[in-house]
Parts: sequence; structure tokens; C-alpha cells
Amino acid sequence: MTARVDTEGLLRELTPQVLGALARRYPEQFDACEDAVQEALIDAAAQWPHEGVPNNPRGWLLAVASRRLIDDWRSESSRRRREDAVATLEPDESRLPDLEEGTPGEQDDSLRLLFLCCHPQLTSASQIALTLRAVGGLGTEEIAAAFLVPEATMAQRISRAKQTIKKSGGEFTMPAGGERAERLRAVLHVLYLIFNEGYTASSGAELRRADLSREAIRLARMVARLLPADSEVIGLLALMLLTDARRDARTDDAGDLVPLAEQDRSRWDREQIEEGVALVGAALRRGPTGPYQVQAAIAALHSEATSAEATDWPQILALYRVLDQLDPSPIVTLNRAVAVAMVEGPEAGLDLLASLDGDERLAEHHRLAAVHGHLLEMAGERDAALECFREAARLSTSLPERRYLERRAAAIAAN
Amino acid sequence: MKYMLLIYDNPDTREIFSGERGAELNATMNTIMDEITKSGELVGTQALADPSTAKSVRAGEGSPAVTDGPFAEAKEFLGGYLILDCDLERAVEVAGRWPVVGTGGIEVRAVMDGSGEEM
Repeated sequence: MTARVDTEGLLRELTPQVLGALARRYPEQFDACEDAVQEALIDAAAQWPHEGVPNNPRGWLLAVASRRLIDDWRSESSRRRREDAVATLEPDESRLPDLEEGTPGEQDDSLRLLFLCCHPQLTSASQIALTLRAVGGLGTEEIAAAFLVPEATMAQRISRAKQTIKKSGGEFTMPAGGERAERLRAVLHVLYLIFNEGYTASSGAELRRADLSREAIRLARMVARLLPADSEVIGLLALMLLTDARRDARTDDAGDLVPLAEQDRSRWDREQIEEGVALVGAALRRGPTGPYQVQAAIAALHSEATSAEATDWPQILALYRVLDQLDPSPIVTLNRAVAVAMVEGPEAGLDLLASLDGDERLAEHHRLAAVHGHLLEMAGERDAALECFREAARLSTSLPERRYLERRAAAIAAN
Repeated sequence: MKYMLLIYDNPDTREIFSGERGAELNATMNTIMDEITKSGELVGTQALADPSTAKSVRAGEGSPAVTDGPFAEAKEFLGGYLILDCDLERAVEVAGRWPVVGTGGIEVRAVMDGSGEEM
């Protein structure tokens, strides 16, 4: 069992290196390279647990994937010969990647690969799927299961994503200057989305999705190793670790949501919190400050408080004000309103919330109604709070959130 | 996010689809099906048998009450559905292109998710 898990871990770690090396040799054939590496991974997963891990696992994968690629070209060209009676170009075997371990470009390869998977022409659903497969080394079946769609749907999505990259001239190169910074932001956002997909999973069939959080953390660690001086990369990793540390406490045995204030803090993962706190501290000291670092700093303050009451709310409020400057959004305003209510009282929070009235982006969003209900309840306006919780429950598209909001409404109605 | 497109037909729908406009309507439908399949957005789709063949089961005293015919007496009835994995804007756009005829139409509803954010 351990051997199997180790094989899987090793394969996933080697995936971007092998695909990177192959795609560097055949930059115009990214689509075929990606398929060939997936096939090599399947071969390895079948053989290594029985026959043992080869001495040079990376070289083994590269050799098998290269062979697959050449075989595909051969059968493709003979098919064309039969169909068109036109001889097409034979693959050039001299271009086979060298099988040396640890070539200098290897680190850059993994980054180039991430940048390519997060190509701006792709929807975020496609960026996520392609990143998990090409960089994470997950099979289509596993990705489909995690996103609760049929395997055929996910296979189409990945295939379309690769075609889109090809058509829009996406290349296996390092974007320069401002484009590089923009693409890195896209990569971090994709990792953040993958993390959230896993983190919000609650129970039952959803549990398979929880692996997505671990995968996002693993990929964020990889990017942090590649770009150790980028404080936002470190900030994102810290945010994931600090948020994930609350995983066991955030749902009860029935899969119902437990709000932060009511969580059993002894169930938080202290080791992960320590790592996250240290990382965000170092990132903030190095700067420049960015939204992921600020969110991680807020999560760190929650993590370090022994109870909801003992939380340093003035400091959290100050950080939300910084976040509002760096990356304003109605969701940040919502969170700031809760912090304002904790520091200055519910009326001040409600005043801030009023500034969101008529904001199209939140018009049908259950979280506005939920926060509104929470602050009204704090202010003792029970009837209005009840209406807000009922409205929030109607707007929610999440089963556990709807149950939670209905419980809040029922608790008010019962008193 | 997943959305269900509930396709409401009316008693004339089948007739119109098999009539002189049928080829054009079916071609439009096939084009959309092809598009949402190849993009990896289509999660599932089924067409339903005629509502006259339905059995409606309601809570009864002691045992459930079963009657022939659809649950609600309305001119429009559920003819089938599509489930798409996409955003709301896209779901509404696809619904807007779906060939509905007469008084038929499409209702777009979010599919409830088992995941929940921390409160």
C-alpha cells in the first residue's frame, strides 16, 4: 500500500518535469506530448508497483512517452499515406529528448507548463482541468470525479482546451515582462480556485473533492519552490495552509457547516497553522504586499485566537481596509462589514452594508442577505433578521449553506 | 456551477418538429448539442415520454394515491432537460438559442451543490 502511494506521489511530482522536457523539444506538438505523457504515467502506475521503481524514473517516463509520441506519428503518417497516397514527414529521431537527469531548463519547464495551462483564451474551468492533468498528473477520470461530471465531458473539455491553445498560437515559452506577471496572477488564481473547490466539499460524494485542496497545496508548494522570492506566491500558499488547517472543524458529523465562531479550535491543525503563520510573516516582511498575503494575515489572526471573542478584530478590520485598497470587491466589503460590526457595533456594520444596496454583482447573492441577517440579529432586530436568513436560504445554491441558513432562521423563529 | 435547462413543450411541439420546419429546427438543435458536447459543458440530457403516459403519485391516507396523467394540469409540460456545467450567462445564452416553438420555453435553474463555504 505504501509502495503504491509512493509510486503515485512520485509520478505526480515527475509529471511536469517529463512533460516540460518533451514539450521543450516539440513545442508545436504540446497536445500530442501531453497525451503521450499521460499514457506513460498509466504504464508506470501499472508496472512500477510490481516490478519496482526504475533507477531513473524520470528517464524511464521520458523514454516511454517519447516512444509513444513517435509511434503515434508513425501510425498517423502511415494512415495518411494510405488515405492520401502522400508521404508525410517522418519523425526525426535525433530530436528525441536526452534522458539526462536534471537538465538546467527543468525548473523553467514546470513554470512554462503552468503558464501555458492558464492561457488567457481558456475559461477558468478549462484552465483548472488542464492544470490538474498536465501539471498535476491526474487522470481525466479522477478530475471528472472531483468535479462531479461524466468522464466524457471532462475529456472533451481538456481536448478542447488543448485545441484552443494551439489555435491561439500558445507556445511553450516564457512570457516576458507584464505578460509574465499577468500570467502568474492567472496561475495563482487557478490554484486558488482548485483549493476552494476542495475546501468547500463537505460530506458523502463530496469527499473525493477534498483531495483537490491537497493537490492545490502541493502545486502551490511547487510554484513557491520555483519562485521563492515572490511574496504573493508565498502568501497564497500560507492562505491555503491556514484555511485548510480548519478543515476538520468546519463541518460536523452530519456534514453540516460549523461557522468559524463556533468551531472546536482544538481540532485545528496546529502544525499547519505554524507553517502558514511563519510563511505569511516572511512574505509580508519581504513585500510588496498583495491580496493573498493580506488574506493569509487575516486567516493567521483567526488561527491564533483562542476563541471568537479573543480574536483581534481591530487588526482584522485594518487588514480588510488594506485588502479593500489592493483588491476591492463586494465580497471584501461584506467581510469588512462583519469586522466593522465586531469592532464598532452592528449599526456601523449595517451602515457599511447599505453601501452595497443596488450593487448588481450581489443582487442575487445569498451572502449579502446572510451577512445582513447576521448583523440585524446582532442588533436585536429579530424580525428583519429572520426575513434576511429566509431570503439567503432561498438564494443559496449550496445544500449545506441552505441548511445552515434555514437553521439560523428557525432558531430566531423558535424564540 | 451546474444549471439545468428545463425544456417546456406544448401539445403542438411534436407536430411542429415533424412538420415542414422540422429539418431546420432539428438542425439548430443538433448544432447546439454538438457545440456543448465538444466544449465539455454538457453534463447530461434526456428527453421525456409524452405526459399522457405519466403516473402521478401523491401522498394519500394510508397508502399513496396514484393517478394517470401529469402532476399539474397545464398546457405546457416538461419535455426534457439538459444539464450544463457553465456560468449562468452562458446557460441563458444556450437556452435562448434552443429551438422552442409556440408557447413552449426553457426554465434555467441552478443545480444545488453539495459544497458549502465557511460562514
